[in-house]
Amino acid sequence: MRAVVIESRRRFGHYSSVSKGKIVIELDNVSYGYGGTPLFSGVSLKLVPGSFHFLTGPSGAGKTTLLRLCYADLRAHAGQVRLFGQDAAHWSRDEVALARRRIGVVHQDCQFLDHLSIAENIALPLTVANRLTEAQNNLAELLSWVSLVPQAGQFPPELSGGERQRAALARAVIMSPDVVIADEPTGNVDWEMSQRLLALLVELNRMGKTILIATHDLAMIRSMKADVNARVLRLKGGQLMQAGAEL
Amino acid sequence: MNRVWAFIMGDPLADRAVPPTGILARLTIFVAAAMAFLAIFALVLSLTAGRVASNWADDLAQSATLRLPADLDQTNEALRAAVNVLQTTTGVASARVLEPDEQRALLAPWFGPDMPVEELPIPQLISILPDEDGYDIAGLRARLQAEVPGAVLDDHGAWREPLLDAANRLRLLGWAILAIIGAVMAAMITTAAHASLAANAQVIRVLRLVGARDVYIAGAFVRRFTLRAALGAAIGAVLAIGLLQLLPQVDVTGVTETPFGFHGIEWLWVLAIPAVAAIVAFVATRRAAFRRLREQT
Repeated sequence: MRAVVIESRRRFGHYSSVSKGKIVIELDNVSYGYGGTPLFSGVSLKLVPGSFHFLTGPSGAGKTTLLRLCYADLRAHAGQVRLFGQDAAHWSRDEVALARRRIGVVHQDCQFLDHLSIAENIALPLTVANRLTEAQNNLAELLSWVSLVPQAGQFPPELSGGERQRAALARAVIMSPDVVIADEPTGNVDWEMSQRLLALLVELNRMGKTILIATHDLAMIRSMKADVNARVLRLKGGQLMQAGAEL
Repeated sequence: MNRVWAFIMGDPLADRAVPPTGILARLTIFVAAAMAFLAIFALVLSLTAGRVASNWADDLAQSATLRLPADLDQTNEALRAAVNVLQTTTGVASARVLEPDEQRALLAPWFGPDMPVEELPIPQLISILPDEDGYDIAGLRARLQAEVPGAVLDDHGAWREPLLDAANRLRLLGWAILAIIGAVMAAMITTAAHASLAANAQVIRVLRLVGARDVYIAGAFVRRFTLRAALGAAIGAVLAIGLLQLLPQVDVTGVTETPFGFHGIEWLWVLAIPAVAAIVAFVATRRAAFRRLREQT
């Protein structure tokens, strides 16, 4: 496992094109709402390279919406979203697609192409980017990293929740993205599996990746405090603030 | 050409990104086959009508008939005078007096083969063929009126023009049917493509999540529908050609030899049907895909 981690570091940790100190994701006074009702307003956030953030808050507070703004899946109703130094407000769909290749996303309900094997699903970002040679080199290593070698040929519906989450994580990092955004990555798995997933995210952070995790599980955040220097943000009442003494 | 070849060969991994949809695949192939089948017959209609019009125009425009009055006492004298006029007219290559057998053959459909034409007061006919430069019809008519009173010069214009007009309209009708067939096929394939895109909304979401550009996502659908349309059209064209070969070969004009079907270089049209179907499917699916992707943003 140690050898795999070192090799993973070599493969996935040295592609970052974001220089130290430059902000990878920046939300400046951003507002968003649904059906005319504001969900949050005046939210500002800066993610610098190599940082680790938790985003907490009650259900319905807008955590997922905030994450979707961070990977340009939504456009802010007001304020500015800057990804890798560029204003994303008027990006074309192709520009959004190219930005997605630098942002790995893991959802709670990990969506896969059910007719493709797990190995093909994990390699999908490289396939769509026409970087198949990298897929061949990196895939076996990534499968090993997330302990899914035996499941490589299986199809997504055949996997357990934890296996799907690890596969989603592997898919999110196969392009060696600058940022990994995870929305409730441990929502569907038991405690042991959630610790294992978080350990993988911490490992990625040590490789220099910027990590942003949305979760309502405060116990999980407390358990990670010893392993990673993370900032904890709380979204509540439409405002984003630094988490307090409860953590 | 390389791009066309690359499109046909495709990218197996990109193709696999979209799951095969059985009912839509069969629907596309069936629609393309049916449309190609109809298109072949519309083409045959149009091409045959075109040939008929062309043949009539060529054959009949080159000939005229001089009809002498049916007066037995004066026919020989009038015949000599008429032949003399025709032989001395610039632009007339030949003036041939129709023999009794030929006249009998012309009348046979109405009066039977045994009619004694020699004893009946029927007009004497002279077939006139012009040379390359042709002759002055008005001038010839004036001379004939002066030298052979009662002779009628018929350049076939009175019935050639309506027939040509009808043949040309039939040809246009064939092309109009082809255009409608193309439009219907485009509409059907667009509908099928929309259904396929809607059924694969989750696939599109996943592809977008991992950074697929619109052209990549659309390409997977476009290539699939294009190849299915080409395959279906090829099947439909082969079936139509097979049926065409079973039809009795008849001279549809009654004037010149113009059988129903394809001839010579016209067979290229048959080869073009699958290609045109593929192009129609390509354009229709591409437009549908990009529209759907724009709406699904």
